[in-house]
Amino acid sequence: MDDTINLTFWIGGGVFILVCLFMVYCILKFSYKEGRKVEYKPEDHKLEKILTIATTVGVIALLAPGLIVYNNYINTPKNALQVEVNAWQWGWQYRLPGEDGILGTAQVAKITDDNPFGMNLDDPNGKDDILIQDDVLHLKTDRPVKILLRSLDVLHNYYVPQFRAKMDAIPGIISYYWFEPNKIGEYEVLCAEYCGVGHYAMRAKVIVENEDNYENWIKEQETFSDLIAKQENNKLKTTLVAQNND
Amino acid sequence: MSDEYNQQNTPLEAQSSETMSGSSGTPSKDIDYVRPAEIPEQDLYHGHSFITKWVFCQDAKIIGVQYFLTAVFTGVVGLILSWLMRLQLGYPELVPFITAEHYYQFVTMHGMIMVVYFLTALFLGGFGNYLIPLMVGARDMVFPYVNMISFWMFFIAVCVLMASFFVPGGPTGAGWTLYPPQAILPGTPGANMGIILMLISLSLFVIGFTMGGLNYIITILQARTRGMTLMRMPLTIWGIFTATALAMLAFPALLVSCIMMTLDKLLETSFFMPSILQAGEVLSYEGGSPVLFQHLFWFFGHPEVYIVALPAFGIVSDLISVHARKNIFGYRMMVWAIVGIGGLSFFVWAHHMYVSGMNPWFGFFFATTTLIIAVPTALKVYNWIITLFKANIRMNTVMLFCLGFIVTFVNGGITGIFLGNVAVDIPLSDTYFVIAHFHMVMGIAPLMVIMGAVYHWFPLVTGRMLSEKLGKWHFWFTFLGAYSIYFPMHYLGFIGVPRRYFEMYDSPYVTSAVGMNEFITLAALIVGFSQLIFIYNIVTSLKIGKPAGKNPWKANSLEWLTPDVPPTHGNWGEKLPVIYRWPYDFNVPGAKEDYITQTTPPSEVINAEVEKT
Ligand code: HEM
Ligand SMILES: [Cu+2]
Ligand SMILES: [Cu+2]
Repeated sequence: MDDTINLTFWIGGGVFILVCLFMVYCILKFSYKEGRKVEYKPEDHKLEKILTIATTVGVIALLAPGLIVYNNYINTPKNALQVEVNAWQWGWQYRLPGEDGILGTAQVAKITDDNPFGMNLDDPNGKDDILIQDDVLHLKTDRPVKILLRSLDVLHNYYVPQFRAKMDAIPGIISYYWFEPNKIGEYEVLCAEYCGVGHYAMRAKVIVENEDNYENWIKEQETFSDLIAKQENNKLKTTLVAQNND
Repeated sequence: MSDEYNQQNTPLEAQSSETMSGSSGTPSKDIDYVRPAEIPEQDLYHGHSFITKWVFCQDAKIIGVQYFLTAVFTGVVGLILSWLMRLQLGYPELVPFITAEHYYQFVTMHGMIMVVYFLTALFLGGFGNYLIPLMVGARDMVFPYVNMISFWMFFIAVCVLMASFFVPGGPTGAGWTLYPPQAILPGTPGANMGIILMLISLSLFVIGFTMGGLNYIITILQARTRGMTLMRMPLTIWGIFTATALAMLAFPALLVSCIMMTLDKLLETSFFMPSILQAGEVLSYEGGSPVLFQHLFWFFGHPEVYIVALPAFGIVSDLISVHARKNIFGYRMMVWAIVGIGGLSFFVWAHHMYVSGMNPWFGFFFATTTLIIAVPTALKVYNWIITLFKANIRMNTVMLFCLGFIVTFVNGGITGIFLGNVAVDIPLSDTYFVIAHFHMVMGIAPLMVIMGAVYHWFPLVTGRMLSEKLGKWHFWFTFLGAYSIYFPMHYLGFIGVPRRYFEMYDSPYVTSAVGMNEFITLAALIVGFSQLIFIYNIVTSLKIGKPAGKNPWKANSLEWLTPDVPPTHGNWGEKLPVIYRWPYDFNVPGAKEDYITQTTPPSEVINAEVEKT
């Protein structure tokens, strides 16, 4: 991606400078003098043809590599880890597929306090999904990540400048993109699609770390069944407390 | 109806067939031969009271000035809003009343005002009205009354827009793209009255504009004077004509999206609204598509860019040709480029949506169409600079602004190639690189043309010249200042600073941007204030400017050849002009003067070796 930017930068910059130099030359050479002999040549088909062809070639030279890079960008590698990003006004949370590698289905309409991701309770795939109600996401180095984007309200965009990639999160649709982090460190996530007054403050963090640290982190996270169990527990406790009070 | 029509028509038909045979029989005898008029002249409406002459006026020239002044007023509002934004970005929290809500309202109103109410109205309503009838040799627009209504609809649209500053909740802060769902949800400032007034104002604008636009198109197609073939029209007219045709096709998309969004807001329909969770509750919307709005918006929005750019292309071609004393190079190519760019501009809209979550396969198609447009656009640039080659360039203010335009436009065009090429766009979209790109290409470049055009045509409109000395100061302040504002923004975009950010806080990688932001803000203030030179120049020149006389620039095109300067109601006095050539016969070998006006018959310049174009 950076290569195509550089290519465009140098070709584009070159053309820009050439045009400017040509203009400066014309201004210096042909500024107004009474009675100067001026060329009268309304058209020059040969020149026009050469310019057309040269420009077309230049444009193809820029477009072709761009399309190849884009093709890679939209075809996610098979071994990519899936991460679902949930965006709302104004914050982020994440869901990982758990051991079965499949994310359970979810819907905005199902969201409640007890079910913050709107998980479909009947979907067995969702039971082991790892739910992260926090805006810090950990990732492994050198492993492609496929980001699946969901929004609960308006458009957002999960953007880490250093990863180059971005994509809008749209309510009602799941969009995706992928990247491969290969430098350990902490990165700031910025929302890159205007989403209301809190847009500029809609930040999050990505921590790219080695395999071991990542696994440790995963172990500490809660799955959906954990969450349900905890809630049942709480409910039990509250009913017990209530009964005791009686 | 048919009876009457036939009766009227027969003599005309007879007349035209007679002339046809006449012309084909003896074509070479009379070199000054021009086909006679087919339609008799109609009398115009003549206003007599102050109100009919100056307020509800039906003279396109005065309507043009009305459009111009109203648009400039909105432009000044837009400029002041940009200062406020820049103050916040350069010196966060310096101005206590700029909260995030206000910032977003300023961004939105600034963007919408500049694109629609300022530039579109100025080019088509302002220059279009003033120049079309004069340049094609008509007495007025074909429907003067509708033309008058068009302006007043625009005026009401502006009033509604400005009113939104004063309603509870203030104007909308949805961004000029007004993307739903946020545009009509409470998380966005002005999500009640603000957005509704915006949608109403835009609808009024489209309605008014359609009336004007039909007038421009029909006048150009139907009311040209004798001898003014399409391929003899100045490029200004080609630009305005094509832009208007685009507007007629593109604005309906805006109108329907405004209407649908108004319904979504007021009646809770779900055109653009899926299920949404707000403050813990699921709203009553269901099943609509936010991406659909984006398609509709950009189906309008991209041609809109060319609605602003094409008239600028046309005007600048004419200014360059006149002040370089040389024919515009490759006129026919220029015409086809304008028409081609206009046509293609309807097939590229989704390049604004590469990261919108639409089907990613669209990216291939839209990247290709977008880069195809680069070819005719580049050809236009070549033709402008080739026109300068072996020319006789007057380095006056008009020419400076033209050269400034070319530099800015090439700069913006090249950054456009970055953003059109989908893979390159992904890291750059929604960053300051985009801000820099579109301000260069559709902000500063057209402004350069507008300013050049004002210096060029001010003598025609007022009968007096503007001061060259002040003009040059104005140019250098504006040009260098604008570059100081936008050039650094490319860098900000490369490092990833996102647009529409009220504040960056201390994001780790933007520390280098702080100083730059302060510099940009200072430059923006200077550029803004330097426009006072321009205003001062205009105001004083109205009174004490050098009298222009007839055709002060020695131009060829018709608007300079009216019997009265400035032209009066009806433009042409007793007789309509007759056209013998294109408007670019400068420095024709064998001719005595360095220009031959469009009304000069060949018999008067018998020695000139004019090429037939
Ligand atoms: C001195 C002149 C100008 C200055 C200093 C200026 C400055 C700005 C700034 C600071 C922003 C907001 C950036 C952000 O936070 O995202 C902006 C946005 C914008 N400007 Fe300008 N601008 C100027 C002239 C123009 C002109 C002539 C146009 C006409 C095309 C224009 C069109 C826009 C648009 C369409 C936006 C986007 C609004 C949005 O994000 O919704 N500006 N400008
Ligand atoms: Cu956002
Ligand atoms: Cu576009």
